[in-house]
Amino acid sequence: MKEIKSHVRPGLPFTNKMKKEYKILVPDMLPIHFAILIEVISSYGYNLELLKNVSPRVQEEGLKYVHNDTCYPALCTIGQMIDALNSGNYDLDHTAVMITQTGGGCRASNYIHLLRKAMVKAGYPNVPVVSLNISGLEKDSSFKLTLPMLVKMLCALCYGDLITLLKNQIEPYEVEKGASGKVVDKWTANIAAQLKKNKGWTFKAFERNMRNIVSDFAGIQQNIVPKIKVGVVGEIYVKYSALANNDLEKFLRSQDCEVNVPGIMSFICFKIDNRIEDIKLYGGSKAKDAVCKMLLKIVQRIESIMHGVLSEYEQFEKPATYAELKEMVADVIGYGAKMGEGWLLTAEMVELIRSGYGNIVCAQPFGCLPNHIVGKGMIRKLRSLYPKANIVPIDYDPGATRVNQENRIKLMLAVAAEGASKDFEVSEETETV
Amino acid sequence: MLSIGLDIGSTTIKSVVLDENGKIVYDSYERHFSDVQNKATALLTKIKDEFKLSDSENIKICISGSAGMGFAEDIGFPFVQEVYATRTAVLKNDPETDAVIELGGEDAKILFLTGEESGEKELEVRMNGSCAGGTGAFIDQMATLLGITPDEMDIEAKSYEKLYVIASRCGVFAKSDIQPLLNQGARIPDISASIFYAVVNQTVAGLAQGRIIKGNVLYLGGPLTFHSQLRSAFDKTLGITGVCPENSLCYVALGAALSQQKKTYSIGEAISAVKDRKTSGSYKSTEPLFESEEEYKEFLERHSRDTVEKISPEEVKGGVYLGIDAGSTTLKCAVTDEEGRLVHSVYMPNSGNPVPLVRDFLKDFYTKYPSLSIKASASTGYGEEIIKNAFGIDMGVVETVAHFSAARHFKPEVDFILDIGGQDIKCFKIANGAIDNIFLNEACSSGCGSFLQTFAGALNYNIADFAKLGLFAKNPVELGSRCTVFMNSSVKQAQKDGATIDNISAGLSMSVVKNAIYKVIRATTKDAAVSLGKHIVVQGGTFFNDAVLRAFEKEIGMNVVRPDIAGLMGAYGAALYAKAHAPEKSSILQLAEIESFVHEVKAITCKGCTNNCKLTVNTFGTGENKRRFIAGNRCDTPVTGKKSEKNELNLYDYKLSLLNELKSSQGGMGRIGIPLGLNMYELLPFWHTLLTELGFEVVVSPASNRKLYLKGQQTIPSDTVCFPAKLLHGHIEELIEAGVDKIFYPCLTYNINEGLGDNHYNCPVVAYYPEVIRANVRNLDKDKFICDYFGIHRPKDFARKFAHVMNKHFDNAFTLSQVKNATEKAYKAYENYLAAVRAKGKEYIDAARKAGKPIIVLAGRPYHIDPEVNHGIDKLICNLGAAVITEDSISAEMEKFKVSVLNQWTYHARLYAAAKYIADKKDMNLVQLVSFGCGVDAITTDETRAILESENKIYTQIKIDEITNLGAVKIRLRSLFSAI
Repeated sequence: MKEIKSHVRPGLPFTNKMKKEYKILVPDMLPIHFAILIEVISSYGYNLELLKNVSPRVQEEGLKYVHNDTCYPALCTIGQMIDALNSGNYDLDHTAVMITQTGGGCRASNYIHLLRKAMVKAGYPNVPVVSLNISGLEKDSSFKLTLPMLVKMLCALCYGDLITLLKNQIEPYEVEKGASGKVVDKWTANIAAQLKKNKGWTFKAFERNMRNIVSDFAGIQQNIVPKIKVGVVGEIYVKYSALANNDLEKFLRSQDCEVNVPGIMSFICFKIDNRIEDIKLYGGSKAKDAVCKMLLKIVQRIESIMHGVLSEYEQFEKPATYAELKEMVADVIGYGAKMGEGWLLTAEMVELIRSGYGNIVCAQPFGCLPNHIVGKGMIRKLRSLYPKANIVPIDYDPGATRVNQENRIKLMLAVAAEGASKDFEVSEETETV
Repeated sequence: MLSIGLDIGSTTIKSVVLDENGKIVYDSYERHFSDVQNKATALLTKIKDEFKLSDSENIKICISGSAGMGFAEDIGFPFVQEVYATRTAVLKNDPETDAVIELGGEDAKILFLTGEESGEKELEVRMNGSCAGGTGAFIDQMATLLGITPDEMDIEAKSYEKLYVIASRCGVFAKSDIQPLLNQGARIPDISASIFYAVVNQTVAGLAQGRIIKGNVLYLGGPLTFHSQLRSAFDKTLGITGVCPENSLCYVALGAALSQQKKTYSIGEAISAVKDRKTSGSYKSTEPLFESEEEYKEFLERHSRDTVEKISPEEVKGGVYLGIDAGSTTLKCAVTDEEGRLVHSVYMPNSGNPVPLVRDFLKDFYTKYPSLSIKASASTGYGEEIIKNAFGIDMGVVETVAHFSAARHFKPEVDFILDIGGQDIKCFKIANGAIDNIFLNEACSSGCGSFLQTFAGALNYNIADFAKLGLFAKNPVELGSRCTVFMNSSVKQAQKDGATIDNISAGLSMSVVKNAIYKVIRATTKDAAVSLGKHIVVQGGTFFNDAVLRAFEKEIGMNVVRPDIAGLMGAYGAALYAKAHAPEKSSILQLAEIESFVHEVKAITCKGCTNNCKLTVNTFGTGENKRRFIAGNRCDTPVTGKKSEKNELNLYDYKLSLLNELKSSQGGMGRIGIPLGLNMYELLPFWHTLLTELGFEVVVSPASNRKLYLKGQQTIPSDTVCFPAKLLHGHIEELIEAGVDKIFYPCLTYNINEGLGDNHYNCPVVAYYPEVIRANVRNLDKDKFICDYFGIHRPKDFARKFAHVMNKHFDNAFTLSQVKNATEKAYKAYENYLAAVRAKGKEYIDAARKAGKPIIVLAGRPYHIDPEVNHGIDKLICNLGAAVITEDSISAEMEKFKVSVLNQWTYHARLYAAAKYIADKKDMNLVQLVSFGCGVDAITTDETRAILESENKIYTQIKIDEITNLGAVKIRLRSLFSAI
């Protein structure tokens, strides 16, 4: 064996001491969720800031330091951080950056390494990179997660899911423009404040809050007119982040659509359940199996509270539970397909189709590997199962232009408009019968 | 009331006017050269005049088309998406239509109007994704490359005799296929027809996505209207007889006109709305290239000092030396005297065939300067071989060496050379007087000279004028660094946002530079003197463009040297090289021979082996002086008439032979098929043994070839997935045809853990491709397909889990002990296979060392040993005199070590280990094969390069796709060999 000389320059670890002195920059993905989430983390003594810089400079910086064939989310998030560091708004000796890691077989698990490389190349070798993961990766540089902290974070995400869901269902129909936006702002701030004070995360408080939120939204005056209902699925970052998807939701709303973007809780369930499925398929530690099952139970408990509250209101379309989602693809794709968004992405498409959002934008980074399988690879099958499904896959990357993307989406919408008017005729007939 | 439909596409504007009865009373079709606003205004005015309308006359109007979208938005006119408009028009005019194929300037669309199974009216539409390969723009580009018009190309294609395989995905890729064909002397009719077939394949593979195009098919849009041979290529490929209706150019406009609009406008109102349209206004801009005339003058003055010494032919004493650089788009010749002074030179477009141009050059030279005697000559560039053979040139020299020779003569302390030519970007770092590292652009990221040329052409400018426009642009558009195809849409967007031509020109020049720095060299500009070099020489025709030169200096923050003969450096370097290596007597053809020079070309298919190379046989001269030059070959068989030598040291061959040796016999469980693709190239010994032991007769799908690929092409759902995955569809079709009882193709999230990385995943495509097969291959009987998930990484659990699944499929046919026994043998067989590869690898390394041959680790994935995937690059390397070994033959020599990426894929961990292993071995080098579209390799390539460079090794990457031409690969490999 030859002697091993390393070409690797180790990153600066994130120490306990830094925790107090450093500001940690966090790339944005879901504005509502993350606004609440960072308050939870802050309550543990971290100083976090959600990055809001979204100028085209972000992608430019990303292109400079990240291989252009690498997936677009890496390019966006890394570009966003470097652009922020370049801005001069931060004390570089007391700033760190944070990135999430899922640890799966997708290249996305490599973001943190790409980020470290980029930081060195961009001249910030001393800015520590902090990992947020539940896989035990990057022990020196990751957040120390305790169970209460984890539960609180899950609650934060679930609150985010609920608020987003209600906003998406009401905003297009609100009589007073901006009414639902006000409720969103109110509750985002309210929940964040509660969690910061270590409140609002017991199951009881959680349920109470949820009920109040739903009730507030239900009180918004609406004018129900037929609109095209569009679902958005895809690679998680491109699906949610306006920076990456060229403000997809805004565009769809400008085309007079109601948009349904499935929430993030099922993704969390999915990531935990993958470990259980792995053990079921290939064998593995009973202890790990038990821990994961317990964790999954907690998340599903939180999820069920939300569903319970929602089912009290008929006017809202209730999302499928994780268990229901899983059942929906039993005959479509194997549960072993877990990389990236895995079978969950396919399941979300099925759910959207079944609940009346059969016009779907499947958003992915150009060349996204899991999406060749679970996104584009499944469209034909879904169409044979649900002939009305109207799915358009859209690729995002620094070279793709908005014109091109919007043109394809408009085609999908034209087909949808026709389908909608046909459905209308059909339902009229059935009514007369 | 008249209804006007306007279709504003990427390159053309079309109109249709309908009268009250829906009859077409007017139609038009013209190019708009991106000047949409004025063209549209003129068009409406023309309609107004044509029908003698008064300003207040009411009309209906609806806009469609990709460039029409933003336009309609800006002026608040009704808009209908173009595919939808097409459909409206088709339903009205041709209601019996089942499918429509419509090709436009940059878009390709397929509409299915009847249900696949039901046969009832429905609508399923497909548009090309973000890649504009296989559209009108592509055909135009290819015609330019051939030096003819698209119409002439259609005429040429009629008399084709054979077809070449041309990558259809992307115009840039196709160019790199066509260029070598041209340089080999392939016939224009054959290439023309091949281009049309490439378009067909792109459309079918990229858009059909699993649906068969059949029934009544309508052909619409410019390319299908103008090119009968394109229609016939579609007919032949799809086995249909499509119809190109009257008004086929204007269906979108017709659909727009037909789209019912409530709102009416007076024609005068409509015209002024279009005319006064305010653009939505802002685009991102950067600093101007030059702030003032003075700054430009100073710049010119500084660069005018970098001149090569010249001497007039009359003053030359002694012999002269000739260098010929037959580049991708231009031909350059340089003649020097004994002192390296430039005596004579030419620089001209090569119009697709350099041979007659060189003949004319030589004839002219001999006639004009009878007193000058050529002592030695060298050729370089893409056309090196054919020129060398045609004219008795004394030697060929690889481009990189030619350029270095020239730059060194110019600036002896040069440590970095950047050459941007028509098609290539070449950069080399120089250390200790030798080439130390080479960067060449990948076949997919364009950004070279022809890129600017294409844009200039599209905007109706010649390149020189176009470039000058940008010099003093006040707000150059920030266009990023994109490939040509993407850039088209970016430019369009910028225009929409109000960018003027001068600002676009400057933006494009900057984008060329950014592409070179950030994508090809992958350097940062924080400290260019360190990341690039202190003494930078830039050359290549593209740097004649002052805007590009200035953009480069600005981007890196340093001044560089541009020789006054920047475009000639290859030829000049070749002449210097010829002088340094002059033979006793030059073999170059003399005037008499030049005058009687004849050149004939014949295309044949080599039957020497299964590669079936498409050869072009060039014959020069007549009678006794007849010389033959064969191109397109991968090995020497067609040249020498002998089979390749068996003593080649080629581990790729050996691995294939191990897989071919696996035999299976009838065992009572029936026939079970295994598709030989992706990870099966690694795991075949495992599964084959396992299934054979369980009593199956294992049928392995045949070796991949073009025909097999085309068989499965129609069921590929994602056109951007890697080629090895696409091939799987063909293998499955073969197994279905073979009538096997079951097909076994399991999903494998995890691979065997070899202990080299932090985890042992397969990439998502390898892991789950069976799911894609199950969901998309129409002919596959799902009950016969076994694609369950197995965990071969846990041998202890595997047998139990495997037995459980197989008993489900085979009615409890197996006992656990039977499966356990078979499993043990399978793992053993797999180990033996790996051991055999390692042992043979060692043997080859020893043999190579004994013979003094360099050793190349041709590193990739197991499936890269498929000759249809690697295109015989292994053989090419052997032909260049090296031994070829694989990454998995040496990776086990290493222990796990730290890398700066998450090392969690088994195959990739081998790459890093192999790179580390050879890093300190003088006679070993690594060449990495990367499949186009492999997302994971965006990570592995950077890391492998970092490992190699940390030990001062050259990193060479070869991107492969469907491409079959090896010209560019050869240059890359020869550059590597010349540097080691």
